[in-house]
Amino acid sequence: MNYGDIKGRFGEYGGRYIPETLMNEIINLEEKYEYYKNDKEFNDELNTLLREYAGRPSLLYYAEKMTKDLGGAKIYIKREDLNHTGSHKINNVLGQVLLAKKLGKKRVIAETGAGQHGVATATAAALLGMECEIFMGETDTIRQALNVYRMELLGAKVHPVKTGTKTLKDAVNEAFKEWTRRIDDTMYVLGSVMGPHPFPTIVRDFQSVISKEARAQILEKEGRLPDVVMACVGGGSNAMGTFYNFIDDENVRLIGCEAAGKGIDTDEHAATMAKGTMGIFHGMKSLFCQNDEGQIAPVYSISAGLDYPGIGPEHAYLKSVGRAEYVSITDDEAVDAFEYIARTEGIICAIESAHAIAEVIKLAPTLDKDKIIVVCLSGRGDKDVAAIARYRGVDLHE
Amino acid sequence: MSRISDRLKNKKNFIGFLTAGDPCMDKTKEFVLEMVNAGADLVEIGIPFSDPIAEGEVIQNANVRALNAGANLSKLFDCIVEIRKETDIPLVFLTYANPVFKYGYENFMKKCNEIGIDGLIIPDIPYEEKGEILDVAKKYDVDIISMIAPTSKERIQMIAKDSTGFLYVVSSLGVTGMRSNINTNLEEIVDSIRKVTDTPLCIGFGINNEEQAKHFSEFADGVIVGSAIVKIIEKYGEDSGKHIYEYVEKMKKAVE
Repeated sequence: MNYGDIKGRFGEYGGRYIPETLMNEIINLEEKYEYYKNDKEFNDELNTLLREYAGRPSLLYYAEKMTKDLGGAKIYIKREDLNHTGSHKINNVLGQVLLAKKLGKKRVIAETGAGQHGVATATAAALLGMECEIFMGETDTIRQALNVYRMELLGAKVHPVKTGTKTLKDAVNEAFKEWTRRIDDTMYVLGSVMGPHPFPTIVRDFQSVISKEARAQILEKEGRLPDVVMACVGGGSNAMGTFYNFIDDENVRLIGCEAAGKGIDTDEHAATMAKGTMGIFHGMKSLFCQNDEGQIAPVYSISAGLDYPGIGPEHAYLKSVGRAEYVSITDDEAVDAFEYIARTEGIICAIESAHAIAEVIKLAPTLDKDKIIVVCLSGRGDKDVAAIARYRGVDLHE
Repeated sequence: MSRISDRLKNKKNFIGFLTAGDPCMDKTKEFVLEMVNAGADLVEIGIPFSDPIAEGEVIQNANVRALNAGANLSKLFDCIVEIRKETDIPLVFLTYANPVFKYGYENFMKKCNEIGIDGLIIPDIPYEEKGEILDVAKKYDVDIISMIAPTSKERIQMIAKDSTGFLYVVSSLGVTGMRSNINTNLEEIVDSIRKVTDTPLCIGFGINNEEQAKHFSEFADGVIVGSAIVKIIEKYGEDSGKHIYEYVEKMKKAVE
């Protein structure tokens, strides 16, 4: 089976639905990317950064205590939380900011939800000597205030976005608008496998290092492929990177875990796969949470990083052809999982990643002991500690 | 021959824009007819959208006001039917792709044809993605209006050759909104377009005063004004009618 993308399309999903003002720049980006992705010097530079600066390869850790406690499949955790800046986001931004430099850009802009992509972009910009401006929903600047300050420490300017729902979706809107204002010296460093072609492909390629390593690591440790590969899904960069090199291994189940917020039968969720319908938004044809007239719906999740009404087009495609499965995890389940992995394995993970752990907790006991699960831990949870305390009604004084 | 091209040809045009349902759908008919009576040659009616990514603050806020006041497609279609009883000037919808896609391309074009909408401007459907709507738009005589931007360069002639209705020439980078200075070399862009098509071309984005309207009409077939009219509606609300009339009347004089 061929799961490859053709002309920016994944089946009927994808495409390039953007204003004319950006078309030449997007085409230029596509052409330059096609060149640099095969350029030895570019790849050497990127791989050096990933190794020497980001700390790759990340560990594939056997979670023995969790495995014993859950009493089923063997659980391996891909530790993207151990990367520099604390999440998988660094993989993509090092690639894109390096690409921006090759394109002669002086300035990068980015959207951010939880702040992880913003921090990563600000980091790469500081390292590679670029100006950096980050767009972040005002609501998210409040729930992730520490990350705002981190970005500022790294020399970035953070713009709180006050339009619409004041979250990730609106941050993307404003970043696109800013790009149409200032194109010549600026590159938009998109944080997920979404937006107009070629972004879903570029971001997936840069994130696919996760599954490239994980596949080799599990083969080395177990001498065989895993039965299940799992990751959390918002826009879908972590999951796409985790799935990509397993897609052709048809016996490996791929499971994406999206945010059900207060439940998919309430109005407060971000479960695009469970509840979304096909639409055209943010430059792509994909699945979106929307009403009958195509107005994009306000979405909700405790996790600012999964609080997005759409999903990358390649995920929509993988779902449509039945290659990947998607499940919805509520806030309650995610917070329980956040606490569980902290107590059981001594790992404080990102609340985004806890959505994947919650599914592991459900799935592992149902599988035989000779089965293997690889779950990607997309990031670390320092940023979430205060929010989890609030969720549990604990009053913290810093 | 497209009805829009036919009506805009060989004269200097003023195109006015408003967001439907701002401040309420009951007023949209009145405001459109004020523009018509004041001399507008075509009216562009914005379909409110939750995330209008090509709009500046003024029109974005109008979208929010309209949606909060309960604007929806069925009310808008009824409103167009009422407007059509009073005027035969070309009317177009400015809409983002998603409301049209969600309604169904075929159903939407059919509806436009029934209620008397002559064309669609869809800022997030560029030339390369137009294929999925063109056949059905043609079937129902709805012109898909193409946009040309200051960054279009070698794309200009490709887009212009396939244009129908009129060409929307974007004056500057960025999103919609009033600007005091427009520095793009628009005459060069216009010359390049004229070489390959006789589709009328009008300039929009940022235009708000008589001086700009007069200047651009010297070499284009007209100007498009949105944010300045929406700003009047923001200021005067339901009492905007007379102010819209006065503004459009003076701008129409300036283009002529």
